[in-house]
Amino acid sequence: MDYLYYPGCSIKESGIAYEESLTAIMDVLNSSLRELEDWNCCGATTCISVESDEAIALASRNLALAEKQSNNKGTVDLVTPCNACYLTLMRATHYLSERRNIADKVLPALDKQGLHCDNRVRIRHPLDVLVNDVGVKTISDHVRRKLTGLKVACYYGCQMVRPYATFDDPNRPTSMDQVMKALGAQPIDWSLKTKCCGAALGSLLPDTGEQLCHDILKEAQKKGADVVVTGCPLCHFNLETNQSAIRKRHSDFKTIPVAYFSQLMGLAFELPPKTLGIQRLFIPLPSSLMAGAGKGGEYVTA
Amino acid sequence: MLQRNDFSKNGDIRIGVYVCDCGTNIAGNVRVPEVVEYARTLPHVVVSKEYKYMCSDPGQDMIRREIKEQRLNRLLIAACSPHVHEETFRNVAAQAGLNPFLFQMVNIRELVSWVTEDPDKATSKAKDMIRAAANRVLFHEELEPLKYHIKPNVVIVGGGIAGIHAALLLADSGEHVYLVEREPSIGGHMAMFDKTFPTLDCAACILTPKMTMVKSHPNITILSYSDVVEVSGFVGDFKVKVRKKPRYVDEENCVGCFECIDACVFKDARYPNEFDFGLGKRKPIYIPFPQAVPPVPVIDADTCIEFKTGKCPKDCLKACGERAGIDFDQKEEILDLEVGSIIVATGFDSFDPKKMPQYGYGIYPNVYTSLETERLFNASGPTAGELVLRDGSKPKSVGIIHCVGSRDENHNPWCSRVCCMYSMKLAHLVKERTNADVFNFYIDIRAAGKGYEEFYNRTMEEGVQYIRGKVAEVTDNAQTKEEEGKLIIRVEDTLLGMIRRIPVDMVILSVGLEPQHDAQEVTKMFNISCSGGGWFMERHPKLAPVSTMSGGVFLAGACQAPKDIPDTVAQAGAAASEALALSHKGVIEVEPNTAFIDETLCSGCQVCVGLCPYSAISYDQEKKISVLNQALCQGCGVCAGACPSGAAQQHLFNDNQLMAEIEGALAGVL
Repeated sequence: MDYLYYPGCSIKESGIAYEESLTAIMDVLNSSLRELEDWNCCGATTCISVESDEAIALASRNLALAEKQSNNKGTVDLVTPCNACYLTLMRATHYLSERRNIADKVLPALDKQGLHCDNRVRIRHPLDVLVNDVGVKTISDHVRRKLTGLKVACYYGCQMVRPYATFDDPNRPTSMDQVMKALGAQPIDWSLKTKCCGAALGSLLPDTGEQLCHDILKEAQKKGADVVVTGCPLCHFNLETNQSAIRKRHSDFKTIPVAYFSQLMGLAFELPPKTLGIQRLFIPLPSSLMAGAGKGGEYVTA
Repeated sequence: MLQRNDFSKNGDIRIGVYVCDCGTNIAGNVRVPEVVEYARTLPHVVVSKEYKYMCSDPGQDMIRREIKEQRLNRLLIAACSPHVHEETFRNVAAQAGLNPFLFQMVNIRELVSWVTEDPDKATSKAKDMIRAAANRVLFHEELEPLKYHIKPNVVIVGGGIAGIHAALLLADSGEHVYLVEREPSIGGHMAMFDKTFPTLDCAACILTPKMTMVKSHPNITILSYSDVVEVSGFVGDFKVKVRKKPRYVDEENCVGCFECIDACVFKDARYPNEFDFGLGKRKPIYIPFPQAVPPVPVIDADTCIEFKTGKCPKDCLKACGERAGIDFDQKEEILDLEVGSIIVATGFDSFDPKKMPQYGYGIYPNVYTSLETERLFNASGPTAGELVLRDGSKPKSVGIIHCVGSRDENHNPWCSRVCCMYSMKLAHLVKERTNADVFNFYIDIRAAGKGYEEFYNRTMEEGVQYIRGKVAEVTDNAQTKEEEGKLIIRVEDTLLGMIRRIPVDMVILSVGLEPQHDAQEVTKMFNISCSGGGWFMERHPKLAPVSTMSGGVFLAGACQAPKDIPDTVAQAGAAASEALALSHKGVIEVEPNTAFIDETLCSGCQVCVGLCPYSAISYDQEKKISVLNQALCQGCGVCAGACPSGAAQQHLFNDNQLMAEIEGALAGVL
């Protein structure tokens, strides 16, 4: 399958490893991501808290572009890997179809640019695509080195499943766990899968942001995880870069690597670590996992 | 096809039109004086009057008087729904010597004033509807209601407390009752409970005597482990097919000694007992609980070695010996019952808390549902009445979460009515048996009932804590030393205005009530309908709370809406007395809306024969025409709609009447 793809700003900068690894694994799975041309910032959560109509117009421009650039006359799938973009674009689709007063302002504004939005766009998270389009069976068929024994804490973040729980349970999601199981890894059972990582609080109110990250990382370690796995560039950034500050505050805290689910998939598919942006991680993955990478066989980390 | 002059054979037509204000219900939105004036201009209308409440005694008197004085031979009343007052005004006509079927009711309240905001449109629509009816009544004919004898027996579907109570009342008054229960024992949910709120009566102590009375009553036939598979017929004469599942123990021969259970080759019970929600274990041959009625064991063919391999030494059979109770060859049996009325008392299901994974049911072992906790408290339950955690230790702190699945737009929007009270009861029992700290997490406390508020106060005095707020989650994520190893209940305490984390050893989820999973199939079988959410619909929410839209089918208990035991018993009593009233009447008058076939027009094409859902039409080989059996006809009108020659017609809805009504309605726009 070929998908239109909305990267969003983070994934082009701090989250570039997410894009690299996602593109690489989608190739292996015979799916391609075609980047939306001339896309603009989704507005994130900041824009809508200041001015809602403009924020929806900003996000909707991307929807209109997707409708225009798709070869598909019916539903247009737009793959959106960043949780914040995912929620923001999803909200725009909902507002345009459910809130007449907003649509009445946004649609004429798009019209002035020669753009139209017919509510044909369906925002898809890569995990949704992997579990529901590709299927875990196909994923496990492509695994060349099983991640046996690797204990992973699947961390979804809040915006992927809330408030629009389109493909997974809003409180106890399982799609990432299913993908990890297909790789042979062992997801831990924990209750903080969707607890907030602090989002922008990491820079605005560092005390609060760090504490939230601490709670998540600490619980993951307590439940025996070797790696925390994420599907969002901001969650990844917070969980990874806050660890040095957390260590200053909590002397007993030990660092734990944080990786994108797509990076672990790439390793299991035997892709060269460099194409997956593994070298960009500040906290290296367990040496037992990396030893022998690219040499075939099976990782046994236990 | 239409013989438009037909009505003239009825002589001089004199119509009286009476338009009701219904206080301000109609007059508030419809300009009644204008409608009355308009009606006076319609052909054959000799009287047109307005009155504030047409259904009141003075209103009725006025109509009766004018029927006589003005020699009215057609009566047209524009008021509320015929469901409400058609019967009233038919009686008025009859009392004044006018055949009640020369009367027509026009609903300008539910169909006009209540649903049309603009007074101009409402007034205009009321005029249109009256004009249509005035045209229709020209073709009305004198009819006599049909009369049927009512069969004396009653079938009650569901052997919970509702079915049991109704069965005993009916049986005591001499009716024969078939009590159909799909589980191996009657007793329903009430048999699972330990105590009942607010009086703390032991549930078994008040229920089992009634169960025993049911068993020994000469007028009651218990059909346990059975379900209704088909219902046909109508009020007074229902035919009910019941499927009796094989229990592989002969109910006639079994003496209830249970020696077979002791003798079973499985020395230890190892299969989850459904009655205990799997908390307790049973053998392949078992009784669900000690006081089961009938006290006859069941063999579960899925786990019995004899059924699985055919190589069991069959020690149960040997232990039973010449009593010959065990019968491995028992087959499913179909019974045909003929009854006059049916009481549906099929009860409820409880909400499945796995749909709310944030509360950890099925994830954390020490999260229980309220019904599971009832079984733990019950002396005949899996722990002989001890409240213990999965590891066998007693909890030191317990959190009870109210409204699980209820009052929740993601799940069931309704209040389940019983959960506040049973949560208090469970809190009391936790205190009594373990002296643990108990926290009740509630949205609102609903303690409306005799002695309920007093019971609420009593539990507070006993030290039960109440925290107002909908629980966000139950988690094992400990953030402090005190939370280690506990289940932490995270909640916004809306009275304190802060987020709290309460660590506890055990969580009880007060799951709400919802319709039985197969309620939809039941409605189809008994031809009844559902209200919002799938609860069975009563005929009128206030004035006919146990009747249904199907004559002779009555509702009792929680199948109609969530109810506690006192309300269930009250409704069961009402259902029994409705069934009894019907049976005492002996004869029932039925709307003469049956079909008839005009022999002179019938071409014998037999289209109607195949279409009739009630097999009321047959083909007369000699006359070469279709013949209709009035006693079987249900007045559905299918034959009349399908007949190509207009031979099949339906009383009260014949072609002339309907065409005249349509022409009248459209006269304003044509």
